[in-house]
Amino acid sequence: MSSDKPTLKQRYDRLMLKHGRVIVIGLPYLWLMLFFLIPFLIVLKISFATAEYAQPPYSALFTWIDEGVNITINFGNYLFLLSDSLYISAYLNSIRIAAISTVITLLIGYPMAYGIARAQGSLRSVLLMMVILPFWTSFLIRVYAWIGILDREGLINALLLNLGIISEPLIMRQTEFAVYIGIVYTYLPFMILPLYSTLEKMDVSLIEAALDLGCKPWQAFMKVTLPLSMPGILAGSLLVFIPSVGEFVIPELLGGPNTLMIGRTLWNEFFANRDWPIASSVAIAMLLFLVVPIMWFQHIQTKQEENGQ
Amino acid sequence: MSQGALQKAHEDVHKTQPWNNPDAVPFIRFENVTKKFGDFYAVDDVSLDIYRHELFALLGGSGCGKTTLLRMLAGFEEPTAGKIFIDGVDMAGVPAYERPTNMMFQSYALFPHMTVEQNVAFGLHQDGLPKSEIRTLVSDMLALVQMTKFAKRKPHQLSGGQRQRVALARSLVKKPKVLLLDEPLGALDKKLREQTQFELVNIQEKVGTTFVMVTHDQEEAMTMASRIAVMNEGVIRQLGTPFELYEYPNSRFTANFLGQVNLIEGTLVDDDEKYAVIQSDDAGGEIYIDHAVQGHEGATLWIALRPERLRLLTEQPTDTKYNCLSGKVEEIGYLGGLSTYHVRLDSGFRIKVTEPNSSRHVEPRYTWEDRVWVTWEAGAASVLNQ
Repeated sequence: MSSDKPTLKQRYDRLMLKHGRVIVIGLPYLWLMLFFLIPFLIVLKISFATAEYAQPPYSALFTWIDEGVNITINFGNYLFLLSDSLYISAYLNSIRIAAISTVITLLIGYPMAYGIARAQGSLRSVLLMMVILPFWTSFLIRVYAWIGILDREGLINALLLNLGIISEPLIMRQTEFAVYIGIVYTYLPFMILPLYSTLEKMDVSLIEAALDLGCKPWQAFMKVTLPLSMPGILAGSLLVFIPSVGEFVIPELLGGPNTLMIGRTLWNEFFANRDWPIASSVAIAMLLFLVVPIMWFQHIQTKQEENGQ
Repeated sequence: MSQGALQKAHEDVHKTQPWNNPDAVPFIRFENVTKKFGDFYAVDDVSLDIYRHELFALLGGSGCGKTTLLRMLAGFEEPTAGKIFIDGVDMAGVPAYERPTNMMFQSYALFPHMTVEQNVAFGLHQDGLPKSEIRTLVSDMLALVQMTKFAKRKPHQLSGGQRQRVALARSLVKKPKVLLLDEPLGALDKKLREQTQFELVNIQEKVGTTFVMVTHDQEEAMTMASRIAVMNEGVIRQLGTPFELYEYPNSRFTANFLGQVNLIEGTLVDDDEKYAVIQSDDAGGEIYIDHAVQGHEGATLWIALRPERLRLLTEQPTDTKYNCLSGKVEEIGYLGGLSTYHVRLDSGFRIKVTEPNSSRHVEPRYTWEDRVWVTWEAGAASVLNQ
């Protein structure tokens, strides 16, 4: 062994060899700790406080009394969420709208993903590009564009009125219908991409084998293609469902005053009512709603990977 | 028909040779079948008859059209022109799921989300058979391919050889009139492949189904098939039993494709009813053939000499001036059971000779740079004019 002192480069290489994996994995986790876990704990803390006219507008959780710590935990916010039907119906409504949107997205996205997966090489990349293309424009601008299309004086109404198909403008904006359009439009790529990746990997000879063994094309689809694309369906559905539940911008801009969704309720608690503890407990409850399906999904995925599929 | 009768019927194929009987009715018939993909002729005006109980092999390199021919039989491709009949029924417009054929895929195409049992039962469920009958048929079939132990496993838990058996069971269990096999042994290693070849032939004899097989492996085709169609560029270059193809190739292509061959170019100089003499610059001498050949004097011909039909001598034979070429041993391949020698003839042509090592020698019989004479019997050569 040489007695020379290692150069900086050698020391760096050794460090990377030994700890490279820890560094690569650790950095993002540190980032998430700083900007997700700590804020989450702050929000959790606020959710157990009571509202006050003060700066900050909530009571302290820990107070020092006679050299001891007094911890005041207030579960009242959560109980309030359960007792006031507004919150429960907002949750249920959000889940209903997110679920229906997910199903619509799946029904539109599946045939598209299938078509792309079966397309010829060069056409396939063009089609995929077109699916991703809208991401290059700001999300807000795209939602505003939908206002222009669906509005009372919007494109569709102008066209139909000019053609004489309708005599009164259709009310499309500020309805739940518009919210569905917004969500389905926005989240369609998140459905198509995971579906495409599972369908593209699938061996075409499996379908031929099903046909060969006596399946009509639709039976082959139901018995082979569909069950084998389940991981893609699940991944796509969760990628659409989870952000849709908490969606704020789309119901705010496209939905009517009656479109009650949890994201808007949250906004109102913070900015209209200035009740931070209630708003925080709404946020925490929503997070729990969303974390449970994610964990369930990951559980299923690891199980499938263990099965080698 | 009892199993015994079926087996008899199969064995008879080799004896009765329906393809030599003008009154025999073909079971599968390709009538001037053409398949174009764009401008490319995958299959070009192929006519072919296959008889009941045959194990028929379509043999050729990749892109020769053999797989397209098989896929047209299965119903995955429709011919651009021409007709296909199975058991007398025109298959035009009959979709794959209504054809009396089943296919064993090259990739096996086992359904990954189903167990071995469910895979084999898939086609039977599709036919709406009663559950009890399905159970019996599946377990019989799994017993036939010796996979009973693995009935509850998923395909990814099986080895390549086991998957191959499941694929075979799945395609046979529906008792198709014709079983199509696409490179059935292609994914197996050499030892397993040789063993499986015979098993497959045995199973075919037991079930009596007509097999049509696609392969690029001439050894596989020779071992298994009742007849072989050698294909190239979308056409059948030669059709016959393995024996006919090997002993009487009709062209340099088939001679080269099946087994090893030395092809020597020459000119016909003496053409008689009983013999022929060919002058060859390649060989550096005159070659005597003990039968009449097609062609006029002065025509260019090729003499096909199988390496194992040649003999090496260390001394020049004195009894004949024909079929005796001198050269030097240039390369030796010792394979144990036999040895191959590459001999550089005085003409510069390199000729390959195989000799069995039928007795044990203290040291190799020939060594590098030895002067040898290559000789053969007058009947050993076949003469090709294309």
